[in-house]
Amino acid sequence: MSPSAQPMRWEKYAWPLFAGALLLATWYFSVKWSHTKIFPSPFDVGNGTAELIHKGVLANYVLDSLRRVALGYLGAALLAIPGGLFLGWYPAAAFVVNPTIQMLRPISPIAWIPVSIIWFGVGDMAAIYLIFLSSFFPIVVASMNGVRNVPSMYRRAGRNFGLSPAKLIARVVFPAALPQIIVGLRIALGIAWLVVVAAEMIAVDSGLGYLVIDSRNSGKRYDLVVAAMIMIGLTGLALDTIFRRVEKFKSVRWGFSNES
Amino acid sequence: MSVVQTIAAQRGTERNGKRTTKLRTEGLTMVFKGDGADVRVLEDIHLEVSEGEFVCVLGPSGCGKSTLLNIAAGFLPPTHGQVWIDGEAVHGPDPRRIFVFQERGVFPWLTVEGNIGFGLFKLSKADRAGRIAHYIKLVGLQGFEQSYPQELSGGMKQRLEVARALAVNPDMLFLDEPFGALDSITRLIMRRELLRIWEAERKTIMFVTHDIEEAVQLADRVVVMSARPAKIQRIVEIDIPHPRDISSNRYLDLRDGIFEQIGLAHKV
Repeated sequence: MSPSAQPMRWEKYAWPLFAGALLLATWYFSVKWSHTKIFPSPFDVGNGTAELIHKGVLANYVLDSLRRVALGYLGAALLAIPGGLFLGWYPAAAFVVNPTIQMLRPISPIAWIPVSIIWFGVGDMAAIYLIFLSSFFPIVVASMNGVRNVPSMYRRAGRNFGLSPAKLIARVVFPAALPQIIVGLRIALGIAWLVVVAAEMIAVDSGLGYLVIDSRNSGKRYDLVVAAMIMIGLTGLALDTIFRRVEKFKSVRWGFSNES
Repeated sequence: MSVVQTIAAQRGTERNGKRTTKLRTEGLTMVFKGDGADVRVLEDIHLEVSEGEFVCVLGPSGCGKSTLLNIAAGFLPPTHGQVWIDGEAVHGPDPRRIFVFQERGVFPWLTVEGNIGFGLFKLSKADRAGRIAHYIKLVGLQGFEQSYPQELSGGMKQRLEVARALAVNPDMLFLDEPFGALDSITRLIMRRELLRIWEAERKTIMFVTHDIEEAVQLADRVVVMSARPAKIQRIVEIDIPHPRDISSNRYLDLRDGIFEQIGLAHKV
């Protein structure tokens, strides 16, 4: 295939499937030829997954992880979007707060685990708080920059039609910044999904992160560890796919000009 | 009333001295503070625009004619001087006077209908729908009501912006090189469209351009600006009735006069 060639319809699916199959084969034969007793083969993982489904654990754990992400992430979005709009709209406020934000932002959410356990105890709240933290900063920064980057032409046009400042924010600044805010939301969701696994390894006794660490600790069930990993990957992919749908809405698609 | 008659009527009132002043600038000077040196952009601009008049402000790129328009629209406060519209001092933008931007001034997150209805938030739903339908028809965007700007051509976007401006029924329009980004054929069509709309709606128009032909084709009067700091060099009255024959001697005389004024020999 030359780089400019349009893939045929069958090629769209065939080649990615082929790459996946190749990876599975490599995995399978590596396990087989190395005679490892610890690392599971793809078939072991398949059986492990079936066992988890059969016991009803898998669906519950996925839902538990998703629930924690939903609470922490939505809480973050609810605070960070208005906060970011405010900071973008009032440069003086951003001048005061931005250095603090930029200092807190690079701290890995994992480093917050001990602190969040002191504050919220070992349990759901600690995990949700970590997800909240990890989502908050990307969203607040994207919203702030989104507002700053609104072309002055749009603001002038809005003012020209006699909009009050509140209406100007609601009808011009927010929709104009929305594509950038969505990018921030999408990045934050990806991070939240990474963090929930770590949080569940320490703070709680359900969810996919817990499944990973518990399968290892209680009997070295590496087939279940890898099954949980694959589930984490698939769920993350599903979340991202849903988000890409949002970017296709016509009222924001103008902001993603490279993929129209 | 045809344009020819209208102009004749205007001439009449002019002779009777009744033609009212719409906009007046008094000693407008604009200095932008730069790093180190200040930049003088406008120098002592005195200009009067009459009710219903079509005035083109013509000058080289970067001379400050857009700044003049932004001050007149109330977006920028002048360093010295004052703008008066209908006898009131201008202190900010006003929905009675709408600014049409160079390009991309339409809101990409709204449909054609949403854009035209943008300034109509004080009207009832039924009135708003009626107004939107009227202006969609006026600028010939029927069938594109639900389209987003990214699905429109450059000329259609510019017509949409003009429709959005007209929908709030302003009595004055400021147009800042509105056709500058269009190809030359579309530009000619848009000029004719603008004149048709102007004839239908009778707004006072202040139109900034760097295109001499465009100015002479459109305006009642052409205000020729110098390079920065911009001063008014000359005001040329274009006394040719619409539709204008752009190969007539009078047209060519006026055009070449402005070419000379700007200091360009009219030869390529």
